[in-house]
Amino acid sequence: MKFGIVVFPGSNCEHDCYHVVKHVLRQDVSFLWHKEKTLARSDCVILPGGFAHGDYLRCGAMAKFSPIMESVTRFASEGGPVVGICNGFQILAEAGLLPGALIRNRTLHYLCQDVYLRTDSNASPFTRKIPHGKVLKMPIGHGEGCYYADAKTLSRLEVEGRIAFRYCDPKGNLDEEWNPNGSLKSIAGVLNERGNVLGLMPHPDRCAEAILGNEDGRVLFESVIGL
Amino acid sequence: MSEPLTQEPSVDLELAQAHGLTPEEFEKVRTILGRTPSFTELGIFSLMWSEHCSYKSSRIHLKRFPTTGPQVLQGPGENAGAIDIGGGLAAVFKMESHNHPSYVEPYQGAATGVGGILRDIFTMGARPIASMNSLRFGSPDHPRTKYLVGGVVAGIAGYGNCIGIPTLGGEVMFHPGYDGNILVNVMNLGIAHAGRIFKGQARGPGNTVFYVGSRTGRDGIHGASLLASASFEADSESKRPTVQVGDPFAEKLLLEACLELMKTDTIIGIQDMGAAGLTSSSVEMAGRSGTGIDLDLDRVPVREERMTPYEMMLSESQERMLVVVRRGTEEKVREIFRKWDLEGVAVGEVTSTGHLHVQFKGKRVADIPVKPIAEGAPILKRPVERPAREEKDSRLDLARIKDVATPGKALKGLLGSLNLCSREWIYRQYDHMVRSNTIVRPGSDAAVIRIKGSPHALALTTDCNSRYCYLDPRAGARIAVAEASRNLACSGAVAQSLTDCLNFGNPERPEVMWQFSECVDGIAEACQSLEIPIISGNVSFYNETEGRGIFPTPTIGMVGIIEDARSAMHSYFAREGDLIVLVGTLGEELGGSEYLSQAHQLEAGAIPHLDLAREEAVQYACIDAITEGLVSSAHDCSEGGIAVALAECCFHPEAMLGAEVKLPAGKRLDALLFGESQSRILLSLQKANLPKLEKICQERDAPFSVVGAVGGNRLKISVGQDAEINATVAELRRPWSEAFPTWMV
Repeated sequence: MKFGIVVFPGSNCEHDCYHVVKHVLRQDVSFLWHKEKTLARSDCVILPGGFAHGDYLRCGAMAKFSPIMESVTRFASEGGPVVGICNGFQILAEAGLLPGALIRNRTLHYLCQDVYLRTDSNASPFTRKIPHGKVLKMPIGHGEGCYYADAKTLSRLEVEGRIAFRYCDPKGNLDEEWNPNGSLKSIAGVLNERGNVLGLMPHPDRCAEAILGNEDGRVLFESVIGL
Repeated sequence: MSEPLTQEPSVDLELAQAHGLTPEEFEKVRTILGRTPSFTELGIFSLMWSEHCSYKSSRIHLKRFPTTGPQVLQGPGENAGAIDIGGGLAAVFKMESHNHPSYVEPYQGAATGVGGILRDIFTMGARPIASMNSLRFGSPDHPRTKYLVGGVVAGIAGYGNCIGIPTLGGEVMFHPGYDGNILVNVMNLGIAHAGRIFKGQARGPGNTVFYVGSRTGRDGIHGASLLASASFEADSESKRPTVQVGDPFAEKLLLEACLELMKTDTIIGIQDMGAAGLTSSSVEMAGRSGTGIDLDLDRVPVREERMTPYEMMLSESQERMLVVVRRGTEEKVREIFRKWDLEGVAVGEVTSTGHLHVQFKGKRVADIPVKPIAEGAPILKRPVERPAREEKDSRLDLARIKDVATPGKALKGLLGSLNLCSREWIYRQYDHMVRSNTIVRPGSDAAVIRIKGSPHALALTTDCNSRYCYLDPRAGARIAVAEASRNLACSGAVAQSLTDCLNFGNPERPEVMWQFSECVDGIAEACQSLEIPIISGNVSFYNETEGRGIFPTPTIGMVGIIEDARSAMHSYFAREGDLIVLVGTLGEELGGSEYLSQAHQLEAGAIPHLDLAREEAVQYACIDAITEGLVSSAHDCSEGGIAVALAECCFHPEAMLGAEVKLPAGKRLDALLFGESQSRILLSLQKANLPKLEKICQERDAPFSVVGAVGGNRLKISVGQDAEINATVAELRRPWSEAFPTWMV
């Protein structure tokens, strides 16, 4: 399986994703520079975390205009698996590939810490190997991760089972105290209508190896391998 | 456009003095040039000979540092130092101060401090992978302190998070002595191939000098000469325009472009345009290589109109580099910088003239022989005098101080104080996990990162107890080195080398120079004894406002290697039923302690004794035990003594674990519980491993004793027959975890 990792100017988790895919999971992978127009025959596209274009404007607002985004949009519309992690999620939301928006954290501070996620949908290429309801521990690192959408969109996401992950307590209960950024409905990750595009704020790329003390993120990459 | 040259003022002694040059220095400039300097030349000399760039007050003292060892690939003198970490890899690291700018404008000051140290690292060919810091603020009650803390933390976070280099921790202390002069010391470490370390050199006449990175503006003019090299007066606000503005996104592009360029065979030398910008980079590179440089300022990319040559040479605009490339490779260089949408312009040429020639609008605006300006900076032998007050402060009559009556309450007070409480409010704002290498996160004695593609891990720490250094500069500096090394040992790492950031008051005062000289000796003694060479560093003088200097603060940044990354250790108890062992002896030294300062408002007494042979024995016993997989946790006893250390051991981030500890009765309860005797480490381990630990300690000649066991939800410390502290871990943790956020609100 071949992964393509999009590199925007200001991406900074592209090496972390590369490491997991290449050295932990032993898959084929290449970087895709944002000025390129093709995806180098990738079977799965990753938009990594970082601060594309410095995030000086709204996060992701500039990156959506990068030449490669046309190809990513086409690939997604053809059902190709696309995952946006952190800044990648913000870019997918700005590009309209995912509903909603990511706004400033409730505390107004950048937050780097572990959170717990409840898997609410395994109907996606990235979650298909995770049992429904399973709680994963994963790090976050963002200043603008508060998920926001209008009431109609939120209820549609819920009805259609497109909320992939929600912040929860270690046992899987939804609790505002365990919602780090104030996301509506405790949403940490969402899917597009077809289920092939996932955006999530937490970093599976930072917890996929025993040496880092946490391997919970690995299953997201493993799920998509062998599709 | 008007002709800027005609506006340049004529140079005389008065103008030279306004630039920070002394009459003698001005005379020396005239002798070197054989004439009066032009305005631009005056600017160049004033920068190069500023305290900040020339180290003129410190240089004769710094010679006493041990700087060599089999692991050292690059010692002091380059942009950063480098050590061999095995597997063909090098760790490149350095620490720097950005004190004055951070006081004047905390966010940008701290942010550009991070940006500057990062450039020092990647200019060597290393990819930066870990940042640390050491911060000092004034009294928590001072009206400016909260604003400064908030701004500095946000600035470090803003820059580091955006560029994607983890900030792994450090230290923060508060003391009224820093009310008018905060300290922001930032350290960075990068990884390079040992055989491909780049240097700041300009060899080979005919080679091309490239300007790369952001455009040049008027920001930061006089930063090094006037902001960093003079004391503050009441008008520090007016110095705001001398602070640069950081652009981490531009630096990220510059970082990636430079690393890409370094994979090609184009580079002869490369240097950051940091403090003193175009001036110091061109002069220093030519100086190291015995060459000259011709610069054509008309080609320098500018972002403001009508900039004069003086302004261009003195600008400290951030995110710029000067690169000397082999003649004929220019197009390759341009191509890479075009890819990253950065300026990459040939602005000059290496020459054999030995002169720096600066050309602007067809006129030569500076013609300076490189060697005399680079190496001829005045070396000062400033007067050194031990201050009288020293005697008074070292006297401490314990008989007149009441022993602690309610130790449990005292412990909670210490844990809930700003100097000892949890730093989570700070490090949660730093991305400390990006690059996915972090094994031991902030909060333990040292941060640990794995090295991808290597079995080893690196441990990093920053440390300095400036109260000790105030009471006894030499012994205090020795302790700073010993404690940094002990922090590393607690993670299982053997210390390899260190970088320092020496923060002091006004060097023109003999007592400040005495503190400096003593601290240098203390550091040198400890480094020699523990065999830890110094590979890079920074001196920051003039941390003084209206005649009041800071505590001498020689911050140590130290790096160690853990052979097997998997054995990296954290500081908190991890297993119910484990035994708690004290390696080292109890000690009852109260002098200079945090407890005396907080409970009795006393900063006095003899600071704890340090026996470097004992220190080494204790550290190696700890490292051996961790390496052999015997222990579940290791924690250094430092500020707040054994009682605070034990409480911290109970604060597992996910599952608090209590402990029951019995200590033999001593002379004084406060000294026993809260005294800060050196060379002590608390280990926890399974009972079955005790005989092996005993053997290690015997072999290493390190004293040890079993003091208790891990378990339950209370911390109970008995002294002799009496239970002196008996509290739930939750009630001890509350003040500790809430103090910082509560104060910041």
